[in-house]
Amino acid sequence: MHNLTIKQMSEKLHAGEFTSVQLTQHYLDRIAKYDAELNAYITVTPELAIQMAEEADKKLADGSAELLTGIPVAHKDIFCTDGVKTSCGSKMLDNFIAPYDAHIVTQLKKVGMPILGKTNMDEFAMGSSSESSYYGATKNPWDHQAVPGGSSGGAAAVIAAGLAPLATGTDTGGSIRQPASFCGITGIKPTYGAVSRFGIIAYASSFDQAGPMTRSAEDSAWLLNAMAGFDERDSTSLEREKPDYTAELERSLDGLKIGVPAEYFGEGLDADVAKVVKTAIAEMEKLGAEVVEVHLPNKDLAVPSYYVLAPAEASSNLSRFDGVRFGYRCEQPKDLTDLYKRSRSEGFGEEVKRRIMVGAYALSAGYYDAYYLKAQKLRRMVRDDFINAFQSCDVIMGPVAPTPAFKIGEKSDDQVSMYLSDLYTIPVNLGGLPALSVPAGFAQNLPVGLHIVGPYFSEAKLLNIGHQFQQVTDWHTKTPAQYQ
Amino acid sequence: MSLGKTEVEYISRLTQIEVREDAVDGVAEKLSNIIDLFAQMEAVDTQNVLPMAHPLDAVQRLRPDVVTEVDQHEKLQAIAPAAAEAHYLVPQVIE
Repeated sequence: MHNLTIKQMSEKLHAGEFTSVQLTQHYLDRIAKYDAELNAYITVTPELAIQMAEEADKKLADGSAELLTGIPVAHKDIFCTDGVKTSCGSKMLDNFIAPYDAHIVTQLKKVGMPILGKTNMDEFAMGSSSESSYYGATKNPWDHQAVPGGSSGGAAAVIAAGLAPLATGTDTGGSIRQPASFCGITGIKPTYGAVSRFGIIAYASSFDQAGPMTRSAEDSAWLLNAMAGFDERDSTSLEREKPDYTAELERSLDGLKIGVPAEYFGEGLDADVAKVVKTAIAEMEKLGAEVVEVHLPNKDLAVPSYYVLAPAEASSNLSRFDGVRFGYRCEQPKDLTDLYKRSRSEGFGEEVKRRIMVGAYALSAGYYDAYYLKAQKLRRMVRDDFINAFQSCDVIMGPVAPTPAFKIGEKSDDQVSMYLSDLYTIPVNLGGLPALSVPAGFAQNLPVGLHIVGPYFSEAKLLNIGHQFQQVTDWHTKTPAQYQ
Repeated sequence: MSLGKTEVEYISRLTQIEVREDAVDGVAEKLSNIIDLFAQMEAVDTQNVLPMAHPLDAVQRLRPDVVTEVDQHEKLQAIAPAAAEAHYLVPQVIE
């Protein structure tokens, strides 16, 4: 059952070959069998899942079902889910039962998608390895010694191991695409504003964007159809007509112009990863695409700019965790300042505290112009590089990450090295552009993703390219031997 | 640029995050490593570049000034560490 595509799963549900309760139970059984070794879920919600599956079966029986009705989903633990613990991977929210649903949770509930549980992640989405979770590191299903990437590492691992057919993630600096690459799955970060941020626990609000994490580009297109759309409760939600993201899947790639930035294949890129990416681009050429050289001269400015802006926004967003209204409160505070200070110091992990402190420093008197304002200017320069490049190509292709998944513990003491590993994904977030990661091969026996970046609102095109690539390759169907 | 004890104490106050006396040097070093990364920005000429706050240069959407929220204080305060009579409880501030 867990090796079917979403469309096949839906056809079988609609044809009555199995019920949503049976399908959901199948995934719950797999979670019970395998999750202890992967630590990919923070919370599993079997009773809720079965109850929702029963309701989905009624919809399937009365003819009101949609394509995704009855297909279970795993939500990253950053999305508020009414009545279910929503921890964001933090001790600060270990006792937080969300009192409302995030917009995308509401959307998927309306469709009738049972919730299997909440997936593990780096604390407050601040990380690239899922090691900073209060609940312990998630393991990569391909190699238990390796990280699954982050921050949506739990979501990537559950898809790779067949512990959910569909998962939701968020991407602030690469948190959908890099774990997708590390775990051999497909993930898309949509254009900023395409999916509502309402009910997503905020990290850096001008970057945060939710998207699907799935086995294939086609599956992502179906899930994005259900997730995207205008929501008045998110002040940055885009008020435009929602496209059908599946509409272009079957289009030919004939004449597609692929921009390949020479800068992406320089020093620091693992030779095996480079080979996988180049082979994938050559495959695109066989499908009728044409490669043109483009330049992104300011790409190296993206990481420093991001690590000023994202922590600055985080320092403001995370000031709400004060031990007063929700979340962790220290024992026996002696006064109000003590309550604030100890609740925050004991409730946040080290990396979160570091980013809050860096952000507050960058915003502090005397440094605002030198750091924050300067970083905002660099942000425009990085974004304009893309706009210029798209004058001569339709999409840009390159690596998602400079290496395949690294070992657990390898980079946890060296933050700057971890930050620099996001050099290919971060520029896309600075620009607010959509980008896809699709499995493109293996390096050192670990999966490697191909990064496809497009102009604003080109999600359907990106998914079309991913889907056509997946018609002639089988990397997206590979699963680790023990989880087949 | 490296941060010292004074800066760490200042940031600790700004962020309401406690840094234990024996941890100050370690925190200063880690924060300095990150701030060193920012130095790369200094050399870039940005004189004619406008700061970018929003990827699509969008402006804030306005809506009619009408009440949209309903009173849910019981539900919202049920998850508070300490609340009573529709108030959040904190240690006494005024004697």
